[in-house]
Amino acid sequence: MIEIHELTKRYGSVTAVAGLTFAVRTGEVTGFLGPNGAGKSTTMRVILGLDQPTSGTVLVNGKPPRAHAAPLRELGGMLDPRAVHPSRSAYHHLQALAQTSGIRRSRVDELIEAVGLSGAARRAAGKFSLGMSQRLGIAAALLGDPHTVVLDEPVNGLDVEGIRWIRGLLAGLAAQGKTVLVSSHLMSEVAQTAHRLIVIGQGRLLADTTVAELSAGHESLEDAYVSLTDDAVEYRAAVSTSQTAQTAEEER
Amino acid sequence: MTSISYHQHGHHQPRAGAARVPAYALPQRVSQGRVIRAEWTKLRTQPSALWAGAASAGLTAGFGILYSLLREARPPHGAAAVASFDPTAISLSGIQLAQIAVGVLGAMLITSEYSSGMIRSTFAAVPRRLPVLWGKVAVALGAVFAMSVPAVLVAFFAGQSILAKVGLDISFGQPGVARAVLGSAAYLALAGVLGVGLGALLRNTAAAVTALFGLLFGLQLLAGMIPGSAGVTLEKFMPSTAGQAIASVHPDPGTSLGPWTGLGLFMLYGIVVLALGARRMSRGDA
Repeated sequence: MIEIHELTKRYGSVTAVAGLTFAVRTGEVTGFLGPNGAGKSTTMRVILGLDQPTSGTVLVNGKPPRAHAAPLRELGGMLDPRAVHPSRSAYHHLQALAQTSGIRRSRVDELIEAVGLSGAARRAAGKFSLGMSQRLGIAAALLGDPHTVVLDEPVNGLDVEGIRWIRGLLAGLAAQGKTVLVSSHLMSEVAQTAHRLIVIGQGRLLADTTVAELSAGHESLEDAYVSLTDDAVEYRAAVSTSQTAQTAEEER
Repeated sequence: MTSISYHQHGHHQPRAGAARVPAYALPQRVSQGRVIRAEWTKLRTQPSALWAGAASAGLTAGFGILYSLLREARPPHGAAAVASFDPTAISLSGIQLAQIAVGVLGAMLITSEYSSGMIRSTFAAVPRRLPVLWGKVAVALGAVFAMSVPAVLVAFFAGQSILAKVGLDISFGQPGVARAVLGSAAYLALAGVLGVGLGALLRNTAAAVTALFGLLFGLQLLAGMIPGSAGVTLEKFMPSTAGQAIASVHPDPGTSLGPWTGLGLFMLYGIVVLALGARRMSRGDA
């Protein structure tokens, strides 16, 4: 369960997320959509406790993300699959992460096999293809068998077999009663994997709905998404113009 | 039915369509000791840090031997010069260079995580963050000390065997010698911790290395430029001058603090930098 209430995050003068409120339920896959720069990655970083909210609250399984005594049991995340030390092997990368929580070595082996990296586990992770890096990132996210899983663009760089694998994986995690939040740019992919949808634009909530609801009355989910976020893009242009004018005035 | 039971037990999953990742029900919890173990795994699997460590040991022994050879060729002249001749410090002079290598090692334990993005994986596993910093301090301290002890012993014994040819050597059993030799290894371990602190504070290898040069060489040089006794007094309190008092068997009170006072002051500099680094690490965005 992820509960976000009135979340605002600013980086200097840039507001990435502005008063965002939504919840991600357990036992289903929730797709997280929005145009580039909408604030998806920022929101995910705050959910993982990597960035501090400027204001508002984020609760993961009832607690602030940094308050859990067994963090890998509560929350697994993958934001950037390349976030590994390039010359360390995939195996040692996972082993070091597992050791922080006293997770057994057998679990590391088990996950390497489960994500299909058995043949590459001893190779330097910096030499991995994007698809292999995604698999490693997913293995890291699932080390502690977490109740809540947050994945940013997990199908990027995966081949057809990999995409099918992710689909099955996400469905399996939801079936196990976990909370699953997945961002994606690929509408066809979201339509196949997610049940619920959170759509944001310009750091604000545009829709908290289901795939079926959003698609209703449109030819496809993609059409529905484009008509929903078109407004956000217009809105963004208006805001950024007035912000520029304001800054110019302040500078005078 | 068969395939379902395979999935439940997590064995022999077919790759495509494998819907289930096996469950993990064993207890798990972050503790400082576990984070230290994890940091040790990272250190021993980070080639750049291992190279910096090897460079430090090589500089300690190699430069110590080189300088001993130089002093063998140019021994002191006159009673005063012979009286103030410190064969232990001469054989340990390699720590002047090794301190930079271990400082870089310490800094890289953190800066390499920021440059690669690994820090986000690390903080996702240890969201309270500071245990990571203490873990890196512990492994830097332990690894650098363990590596430096053999290096300073080699430097000392090789150096003395060279200086023995002109009768200027000293034995390990003489008062203050063992303290100077092993204390030099402790000095290097603390220089490694200073590097960790700078890494946490600056997050960038180039910036941390620059700051390291500034703290270990720059301040000493600046103080030395101040004319008269004020400059000499000030220089005593500069980080590397203070810390290296430990490497001298009979430190001259006029130009140097006592060995333990000096090392204590050096440690204090390290603690201040580390505290600033801890503040930045725990508060900021990753």
